[in-house]
Amino acid sequence: MIKAVMMMNTQGKPRLAKFYDYMPVEKQQELIRGVFSVLSSRPENVSNFLEIDSLFGVDSRLVYKHYATLYFVLVFDGSENELAMLDLIQVLVETLDKCFSNVCELDIVFNYSKMHAVLDEIVFGGQVLETSSAEVMKAVEEISKLEAASNSISLVPKSVSGWRGR
Amino acid sequence: MASSNSLMDSLFQRSLEDLIKGIRLHLLGESSFISKSVDEIRSEIKLTDLSTKSIALQKLSYLAALHGVDMSWAAFHAVEVVSSSRFGDKRIGYHAIAQSFSDQTPVLLLITNQLRKDLNSSNEYEVSLALECLSRIGADDLARDLTSEVFTLLGSSKAFVRKKAIGVVLRVFDKYPDAVKVCLKRLVENLDSSDPHILSAVVGVFCELTTKDPRSYLPLAPEFYKILVDSRNNWVLIKVLKIFAKLALIEPRLAKKVADPICEHMRRTVGKSLLFECIRTVLSSLSDQESALKLAVAKIRDFLVDDDPNLKYLGLHALSIVAPKHLWAVLENNEAVVKALSDEDLNVKLEALHLLMAMVNEENVSEISRILMNYAREMARIPHCQRGQEIGHQMIDIGTRIKDVRLELVRVSRSLLIDPALLGNQFMHPILSAAAWASGEYVEFSKTPYEIAEALLQPRTSLLPPSIRAIYIHSTFKILVFSLRGYFTAQEPISPPLVQESTSSGSSAVNCFTYKSISSLMNMIELGLRSLSGTLDVEVQERAKNVLGFIGMIEHEIAEKVTGQDNETAVSSAIVFMEDVFSDELGPVSSTAQEKVPLPDGLEIKENLEDLQEICGEFLKPIFESNSNTNSFSASDKISFSVTKLSIRDQQEASSSSSPPPESASLLAEHRKRHDLYYLSSQKKDEHNDSNGNNNTLNEYPPANEISGDSFNPKKKMNQSKPRPVVVKLDEGDDDLKTKPNASSNDEPLSRAIQTALMGKGMGKEREKDNHEKILDSGIKEQSSGKEKKTKKKNGEKSSKHRSRRRSDKEASAAKPVEIVDFLL
Repeated sequence: MIKAVMMMNTQGKPRLAKFYDYMPVEKQQELIRGVFSVLSSRPENVSNFLEIDSLFGVDSRLVYKHYATLYFVLVFDGSENELAMLDLIQVLVETLDKCFSNVCELDIVFNYSKMHAVLDEIVFGGQVLETSSAEVMKAVEEISKLEAASNSISLVPKSVSGWRGR
Repeated sequence: MASSNSLMDSLFQRSLEDLIKGIRLHLLGESSFISKSVDEIRSEIKLTDLSTKSIALQKLSYLAALHGVDMSWAAFHAVEVVSSSRFGDKRIGYHAIAQSFSDQTPVLLLITNQLRKDLNSSNEYEVSLALECLSRIGADDLARDLTSEVFTLLGSSKAFVRKKAIGVVLRVFDKYPDAVKVCLKRLVENLDSSDPHILSAVVGVFCELTTKDPRSYLPLAPEFYKILVDSRNNWVLIKVLKIFAKLALIEPRLAKKVADPICEHMRRTVGKSLLFECIRTVLSSLSDQESALKLAVAKIRDFLVDDDPNLKYLGLHALSIVAPKHLWAVLENNEAVVKALSDEDLNVKLEALHLLMAMVNEENVSEISRILMNYAREMARIPHCQRGQEIGHQMIDIGTRIKDVRLELVRVSRSLLIDPALLGNQFMHPILSAAAWASGEYVEFSKTPYEIAEALLQPRTSLLPPSIRAIYIHSTFKILVFSLRGYFTAQEPISPPLVQESTSSGSSAVNCFTYKSISSLMNMIELGLRSLSGTLDVEVQERAKNVLGFIGMIEHEIAEKVTGQDNETAVSSAIVFMEDVFSDELGPVSSTAQEKVPLPDGLEIKENLEDLQEICGEFLKPIFESNSNTNSFSASDKISFSVTKLSIRDQQEASSSSSPPPESASLLAEHRKRHDLYYLSSQKKDEHNDSNGNNNTLNEYPPANEISGDSFNPKKKMNQSKPRPVVVKLDEGDDDLKTKPNASSNDEPLSRAIQTALMGKGMGKEREKDNHEKILDSGIKEQSSGKEKKTKKKNGEKSSKHRSRRRSDKEASAAKPVEIVDFLL
């Protein structure tokens, strides 16, 4: 089971954090900080795994990948294969790439809900649901269409940026 | 972007994008901006307009996830938002709910109806929203109420929905075990699906379920076997392998059958992930299958020499799995392991270290301990190494067990203690405390006790936590006593045999203590500790005062010694006494202790007694797992008997023995009479144990005073860092029998439910599906035919499942081992 998915930049600012076991927000922030402190001390050419029993409890492992300014982190337990998790990060990044075309950190910052849509298609309740980025893309596009359709019912723009003109 | 309270701004709500932009602009005043936004959100969210509410909720979720703002107060509003008919609002609402609701949220039940509506919706995306929410926050009541909807969805024609329903089943089963009756059948049917997405979802769920409770899913082994052989999808195969790893542990015949397909996969596959999983499965569960094991070890070798650090790490990890039972695999890859010790990557180093400890035997122990010491030295350069504690323990362990290495240990400890920079590194502290302890304990090996004492008292030690400081002071005391002893024996014309024996092992120690050196030593100690006698921490203060008191007591006598030549002054006897006190405390130091304490027969290594506390915890585990009846020793024999057993077992390093020693058989019978109710029928237990050939290699427990040297493994393991003595837990049979492995009180209803569901189904399946015959040989044993007739009758009738469940509950546990046996014959 996957326990958490995190994306943080090289300064430790979290860009996405999803925990599949309930925990209060302070604990979440603490964990994010803990993970970042371990990650930031890792040199370049080492393995992508970490033992983080002290943070997440027994039998938890962490896989991370460093892409440009972002760390993608997956925390999971013994019922997932480590190399497969590494592949999963790859799938996630590829899907994001397709979604935003040459995705960069800013895209992730400003597209909070779309990010979650993508992630929710891949990891469902802690289980890996989908590993083909094409499938995920299809689903995410559908969802965006539905959302846009439902939101276009309102004619008067409801947000500041809407008011300032599109 | 205006952040002032203009009229326009107050009419129009900030969207999430605005919020993000705002936060980015306010780099310095971020927290104040955030709290201002939270206040805004609070007022916005109370408005009745759903879309305003939803945007406010979205902003709040964002803040909660990324900036740690608490959003539990908005729970009710989330429920309101979810009831909107607009898809966008629903999405935001469910997202917020999934993120912030827990079992304790009071409004949790309010969403039941909404969930039900959405689960029945025709829009598959709405369904998936609801499913996702349920999978993350499903509580008992929710699970119970929504089971039927989930059941319907499990049979949905849309694969998109079905795979999510499958995913949610895991959570539902966990929270509401009775759902098994309804859903398991559909779940199992999905195992036959040809859609790879569905299949991977299903096996994923089964993998999780099997991890918690393997025994209940054993009847499904044939289906998994089919998938193992047929499937080409790596994800699916990995999960199935994990399932088999768990199943094969409890059913060794399965191991034989599964070994061949796994080897096939190992040879054929290109995917490293699958290869690694095969290796891992073979090593952990199929390690008796010779050919599979050899192939796996060969593949590990490929991993180890690969350049990719991930593969190297995984290779070492795999070796450490196999190390306990098949040390030859580790020894074959000796050079790789040692090379890995100096690898840049911390993980690799740690794994190599573990392996190294496993590899220790009499020949290479000194070499290995040298490597270990170097490693400890290197630790100083690793800022975040969290294994300090372990390293410290290893050091002490090695010191107490292996006499030859003490010299090396003291040498290294000295270099560690002297370095002032290390004191600042918090992670080094456990190692430093080990070093200090070792220096004090084995001071006779040291060439320069004065230097060590100086190092132990250096001003920077104030950086240490009080407990370690206390160790430092105590070690200083030991050094002082040793030096004084040396001084006094140097004075006395006839060296008593005691001192000779104690220093004979430390032949390199130089014992020329002059009055000047002793007095300077004492002065230094006094100086260093005087400041501590007023310290806040009681432990440190006490120890400091002890030493100071001791010094005060003897210092004027020392001065006298220069003039007088008495052999037996009060002081020197006091010194002897002190030294003996130290010898007694931690057994294996000097032979003076041997003469002081009468040893009971059979007691071999003294340190076992001292480590009793430490390893007591480990003892409790074997006794629970092996379900053995060795806990039948009467209270009267407690201490001496148990100690004897302890020491013998420790030497033997019997990893697990499940049959009681012959001499306690009568005690066992007595215990049985008393607690007969709690004993399972012994015949079946013994059969079962015997059939698990691999688990109980050390079944024969030798009588107390015999030390059989024939078994290779126990001797080897003697020098391992982590001993595995089987315990002698005294007369707590009740506790033992209550805590069964793999079944917490929560899981029991679930496993029972699953077992009954599968038993009823399984029998039917055997008749219907012919393609199982190559796996399941025909023949239903006569033994269980009676039970089976009952279940066959009830197979097709769902309504009678309730009745049968109650009855089969009682029989389930007793008949269980026999039932499962049949499937694999």
